[in-house]
Amino acid sequence: MGAGRGKPRALPTRPQYRASAEGGSGADPGGEAGPAWSGVGGAGDVSRPRVSGRRTGACGLLPLPPTTAPNGSSGPSRDSVEWEGRSLLKALIKKAALGGEQVHILGCEVSEEEFRAGFDSSINSRLVYYDLFRDPLNWAQTGKALPGGPLGALQAMCKRTDPGPVTVALDSLSWLLLRLPCAALCQALCAMSRQHACRGGGPAAEQLCMLGLLHRELHGPGPTGALSSLAQTEVTLSGTAGQASAHILCRRPRQRPTLETLWFSVLPDLSLDLQGGPPLESQPHPDPHTPQVDPASHLTFNLHLSKREREAKDSLTLPFQFSSEKQQALLRPGPGPATSRIFYEPDAFDDLDPEDPDGDLDV
Amino acid sequence: MPTQMAASLCITFSPSTSKGVSLTVARECGQLVFLEGLKSSVDVFFRAQVEPHPLQFLREANAENLQPLYEFVREALKPVDDGEAAWRCPVLLVDDLSVLLSLGMGAVAVLDFIHYCRATVCWERKGNIVALVHDSGDTEDEENNILLNGLSHQSHLILRAEGLPTGFCRDVHGQLRILWRTPSQPTTQRDRSLTYQYKIQDKSVSFFAKGMSPAVL
Repeated sequence: MGAGRGKPRALPTRPQYRASAEGGSGADPGGEAGPAWSGVGGAGDVSRPRVSGRRTGACGLLPLPPTTAPNGSSGPSRDSVEWEGRSLLKALIKKAALGGEQVHILGCEVSEEEFRAGFDSSINSRLVYYDLFRDPLNWAQTGKALPGGPLGALQAMCKRTDPGPVTVALDSLSWLLLRLPCAALCQALCAMSRQHACRGGGPAAEQLCMLGLLHRELHGPGPTGALSSLAQTEVTLSGTAGQASAHILCRRPRQRPTLETLWFSVLPDLSLDLQGGPPLESQPHPDPHTPQVDPASHLTFNLHLSKREREAKDSLTLPFQFSSEKQQALLRPGPGPATSRIFYEPDAFDDLDPEDPDGDLDV
Repeated sequence: MPTQMAASLCITFSPSTSKGVSLTVARECGQLVFLEGLKSSVDVFFRAQVEPHPLQFLREANAENLQPLYEFVREALKPVDDGEAAWRCPVLLVDDLSVLLSLGMGAVAVLDFIHYCRATVCWERKGNIVALVHDSGDTEDEENNILLNGLSHQSHLILRAEGLPTGFCRDVHGQLRILWRTPSQPTTQRDRSLTYQYKIQDKSVSFFAKGMSPAVL
């Protein structure tokens, strides 16, 4: 144990990408935004809720009017180690399946059996599962691996979705982001939504909703920001005292972004139970990049200065500070030989001897 | 559903010391397959290898993955006699993954290795994996943080052993925080995390609730 931690470490193979701001932040009028990602980010898992024009009120996701944009963009759901997001992702998948949509799932992190656990047979039959778990990198050389590796699997998924409302779930985006360059992943996601739109007929009917799971501790702000910019909704999972909460940031085109926080729990049958209401702690987990809170703001005593007090403080000269005024005072000749005098009244017991003033000391 | 549990801890928790496990006997009868990394790394350098050595990455300047190591694990798990495995439910103990990082492998390569081990040990053979990663608390160490968090997200059970926040104690060696990540039990939300303190003894470990060490009661 304790082998020297002195690297050499392999250099990271993925460069950090800045968010490309393509069609993000609701500023894009033409609706040409790339696939809107609704990420639901649990404290760990970032899953993307879908928000494109679908009435998903029960999920607490705000309904959007149908747009001409082809992307169903849900966003990433951000989870964390403490608050996992896969169960929320499965709950959203169940909702989509019950709504009659076809659901395609790219499973990278868990086996197909484990992912399908919890769904009943009617829902399981509607799920089209692409298994990247068993042999993602083709080490076994059995020929059963999905061709083209992770990127090839993503592109193959895109080709196989039929026209019509479809939900695509990626479990997980983090797995893909660790093994693919961020730009390639974003381009593949954009391409998926474009191709789906091209295949379909009317604008409102063909809606692609993409749900992705992102583990927020695994990635820096660059890749996370890039994926967020593609998303229409981001759900960040956290919680207190055993109760999970979801902070939902919704960015609709041509509208202001909205932020909502909900308590929720996923029941054993994978239905979503929303408790709504503001949580006890109304702020999500603070982003380390935001400025710190003023420490003097919640005290029982006052540490702030009024304007007058501040002026008086600034104009005060400290007694032992050698300022220019003090220098002038010393250089000026004094008013008399002694500017300070000591007045002493000896009492009856004093025995002052001017020649030996310390005579009374017993030293 | 196969879960990743603290299998190694189950062995050392034996209440009576007379029920210890003899690893030598286990190794001889094939129950235990032990790859001693330090010793066999010497073989990589000083002995001619016919087939890829599990620790082949030590020799290669640009080793991209740990596939030879995974092949070793897979071979060890193969049933030996007439298609039937002699032992059920294998357990893979990895001690420890942080060393692989120090030897030059990237975090993603180590995560891929564990991914494939999970596919074989947990899914195919219905076994368990227990892996150790060190957390130095250094936020600058990106690779280790990616490995630690990546592994945590893959795990059903996380055991964090750390020293006491108040410092050294002779009777309490540390505390263990147990976090369940199994998603399918929402009713046990409150039991998702438990913290125990422990003392390591000669052949076992004794656990007790916080503040309930026998030395202070």
